[in-house]
Amino acid sequence: MSRMKFWIGSAVALILGVGLPFAPINEYVFYAGYMVLTFVVMATAWNILGGYAGYVNFGPPAFFGIGSYAAVVLFKSLNAPLAVQIAGAALMGGLLGLGVGLLTLRLRGIFFAIATVAIVFIMETLMVNWRYVGGATGLQLLRPPVELYASYTRMLFAVMAAMSVAAVALARYIQTSWLGRGLRALRDSEEAAESAGVPTLKLKLFACAVSGALMGAAGAPMPMYLSFIEPPSTFDLNYTVGSLGGAIIGGVGHWAGPIVGAILLGTLQQVVTVTISSEMNVLVVGVLLVVFVVAAPEGVLGLFKKAFKK
Amino acid sequence: MNGLLKIQNVSKTFGGFTALSGVSLEIAQGERFGLIGPNGSGKTTLINCVSGTLRNEAGSIEFDGEDVTRLPAYQRTRRGIARSFQIPRPFHSMTVAENLAVPLEYVVHKGSLHMADTRAEALELLRQMKLAEKADTPSRNLSQVELRKLELARAMAARPRLLISDEAMAGLSGSEVEEVLEILFELNRRGITIIMIEHIMQAVMRFSQRVVCLDAGRIICEGAPADIVQNPEVQRAYLGA
Repeated sequence: MSRMKFWIGSAVALILGVGLPFAPINEYVFYAGYMVLTFVVMATAWNILGGYAGYVNFGPPAFFGIGSYAAVVLFKSLNAPLAVQIAGAALMGGLLGLGVGLLTLRLRGIFFAIATVAIVFIMETLMVNWRYVGGATGLQLLRPPVELYASYTRMLFAVMAAMSVAAVALARYIQTSWLGRGLRALRDSEEAAESAGVPTLKLKLFACAVSGALMGAAGAPMPMYLSFIEPPSTFDLNYTVGSLGGAIIGGVGHWAGPIVGAILLGTLQQVVTVTISSEMNVLVVGVLLVVFVVAAPEGVLGLFKKAFKK
Repeated sequence: MNGLLKIQNVSKTFGGFTALSGVSLEIAQGERFGLIGPNGSGKTTLINCVSGTLRNEAGSIEFDGEDVTRLPAYQRTRRGIARSFQIPRPFHSMTVAENLAVPLEYVVHKGSLHMADTRAEALELLRQMKLAEKADTPSRNLSQVELRKLELARAMAARPRLLISDEAMAGLSGSEVEEVLEILFELNRRGITIIMIEHIMQAVMRFSQRVVCLDAGRIICEGAPADIVQNPEVQRAYLGA
């Protein structure tokens, strides 16, 4: 896709995302749409490290959760507006990503993946024992009055839409720049990449930090979305499944994959939640993941490419 | 001797196994240097230490007067040490031209060019390696000899002063060996110092001006190719006499 087409598409998506909440549509659309867009950001963030660099991260809840708690701390201590909460959450997510990258310098493959799972439990344990943010029992939050939009949920939908566009634009920039080529080289052969002049360690840290920052930012509005925060649901491993599933089902390694996958998966999950039960979500994701990994490892994008080649 | 590369007392162990033990040698600017020895003698370990893929535990490595012992591999590549791998490691998700774009972007232009701008330079290098017609072929679809050429082309894209060719002719037919050998001669004619690690003795003897034979992590013999093949220790350890 040419640069111009991409920016026109992004502008249209942004206008739609920010403008749609003004329309007299059922509130549930925005309630569900917010979650779908959250997974667009999460899957896009996951793709930067997992898809471009080949480092499979099972710890999205840790980054998402630290973003949520950073927002809560900023709100509770400074009464910070949402924009500041998002910026603080991105900073904390980025720092955690950098820390994870530094701690796992020499780990690759399954060992890296397992280490990222451990980060989730460490972060959850820390929050369970931190009374200021509610500890194990959680914390109720009172939403501040909303301006411009008719409801807080509609406003959060618009914010998440803007964040999705920003995340995708960043992911596309990385993919199409020399950074993306370096990350692909690192994924294909770390030793060969290093010998070709690629600073693999720096790039890995960069990918960890950017991915973590985006996930942290995605977590920031969640406490206000729910008016509540507690460790088990904030560090829920379903965020791993959603992020990874969205990227894999859409197609890893390309910026467009996570958009397609997250919208497909997120929408399906919402439909299943309403028509069957919320517990069926995980089953739906699980079955879809197995089907795509076995039958279409390059995801929906790969299927499209094959179809167009014919 | 105008030493481009100075290796002094380099040692490397893997657990209880000593792969290199106090290896010292000096390679001159523009030299064609052969490194031979039986399997497990430490040849690849030595060049891994020189290229920075492995860290030597003792000794030092100087390149063009600068101590590079503690530098990571990518920094050594940027200073002019490039290598090919014994088992080709193409960036399999990329085309042939894109493989070359990686060192062009990271070593030559250091991120100052957009991806597409490296194509002309990549094509020129591929022409030199007789691989230009494969520029847009995914690298995973290349034949063995093409993969070997791609390894050399990618190393050359980093504009090295020292090229380490690690068994670039392994598994190739006679005519393909000749083809790769001619490429290496041509690169050397352009002033590039070349270290050749090879088991094909005719190729090493024809190519090298000086040969070192390693055995069990130590240098057992050093000299002109004709002298090396006559050396009793080399014959015992490597040539099977």
